[in-house]
Amino acid sequence: MSENKKIRVATCSLAGCFGCHMSLLDIDEKLLTLLELIEFDRTPLTDIKHCSPCDVGLIEGGVCNAENVHVLKEFRKNCKVLVAVGSCAITGGIPAMRNNIGLWECFQEVYQFEGGLEGGQVPNDPELPLPFDKVHPIYEVVNVDYFLPGCPPPADAIWKFLTDLLAGREPKLEYEMLHYD
Amino acid sequence: MSNTITIDGQTIPFQEGQTIMDAALAAGVYIPHLCHNPEFTPHGSCKLCTVTVNGRNVASCTMPAVEGQQIANNTDELNAKRRALTQMLFVEGNHFCPFCEKSGNCNLQAVAYHLDMMSPHYNHFYPAREVDASHPDILLDRNRCILCELCVRASRDVDGKEVFGLSGRGIDCKLVVNSSSGDLVDTDLAATDKAASVCPTGAIIVKRHGFSVPIGQRIFDHKDISQVQLEAAQKERGHE
Repeated sequence: MSENKKIRVATCSLAGCFGCHMSLLDIDEKLLTLLELIEFDRTPLTDIKHCSPCDVGLIEGGVCNAENVHVLKEFRKNCKVLVAVGSCAITGGIPAMRNNIGLWECFQEVYQFEGGLEGGQVPNDPELPLPFDKVHPIYEVVNVDYFLPGCPPPADAIWKFLTDLLAGREPKLEYEMLHYD
Repeated sequence: MSNTITIDGQTIPFQEGQTIMDAALAAGVYIPHLCHNPEFTPHGSCKLCTVTVNGRNVASCTMPAVEGQQIANNTDELNAKRRALTQMLFVEGNHFCPFCEKSGNCNLQAVAYHLDMMSPHYNHFYPAREVDASHPDILLDRNRCILCELCVRASRDVDGKEVFGLSGRGIDCKLVVNSSSGDLVDTDLAATDKAASVCPTGAIIVKRHGFSVPIGQRIFDHKDISQVQLEAAQKERGHE
């Protein structure tokens, strides 16, 4: 396949742990096959900072601050197909554990009360993104075309999903590949 | 009378007094369900087992089987409705499978897998719900409660203790504990009680057993809930 016909893919991690990205890398030698079919746009793997028009966008993580929303909207604007990858993008996941704890209480716990801290100041630089009082799944902010559950989705599930999508098939996970944990 | 009903074109026998659910389970026909457990009096609240009988939607766990019923069960339309109900259960509570120790053994999760639920679809409520860790052997996490009343029925009908109840209506409905303090520690609930093990989700769990069976070897990790529950029904009939 010639270079200019490759499927262009962007990825990012919002309020996530990069575990889903690690699981993508965990497809091991199949990465070489994948790279014959796709090329990367914005992703932590290329360190490209902004998304240009793409075929597929893979989003890991939920939405926990204003910057997440900007990134997510940039992806939605540029990606023909947007995929929510992993539990955090689909339900808010682990970061959403803070949803019933006040934001200030969270900050105090992390920056003031936690043992071993000196000075105990809550960061307040204007360049820091504005945190939200609750973490939300990405589909509550933009339209999402496909969901790939798991914490993280197994490498085999990511491979199955991507190869289905790249072949023009409706992605379908077998029973053992679909899990929420 | 021949005592037969027809589910999705398949003729199955029933005995007088059986519900559609009873007859279906006995005949090896799976109807998705959550609040129903064959060991207990039907509750009919989760509506997941809704089937269409002669053109009307009814809960199959409470509807008596009657000669000649034409029943639609495993249809795209009904499964889409069941999926929507399951999604509502997910967003109404706080169901986070990655950090729930019931994951893999959870009926709510397994039913969602069975129905190909890829996301909870609706906006999450993220309700503030109380956790009761007061009991030395049993944890009550209301975040994961789906109000199926199985613990209420088990405690009342099997254990004879009436430890649990539902209180409030609509969105304010919640599981309450029958003690003066409202805490589990002040009840006579024991880890060996039926009520401590009957919960279909991770709302009531016996402490210190969470990971005795590792993720990957749990009930629904490799087997669909339809297969698990039909096998259980078959085993039960073998004992009779």
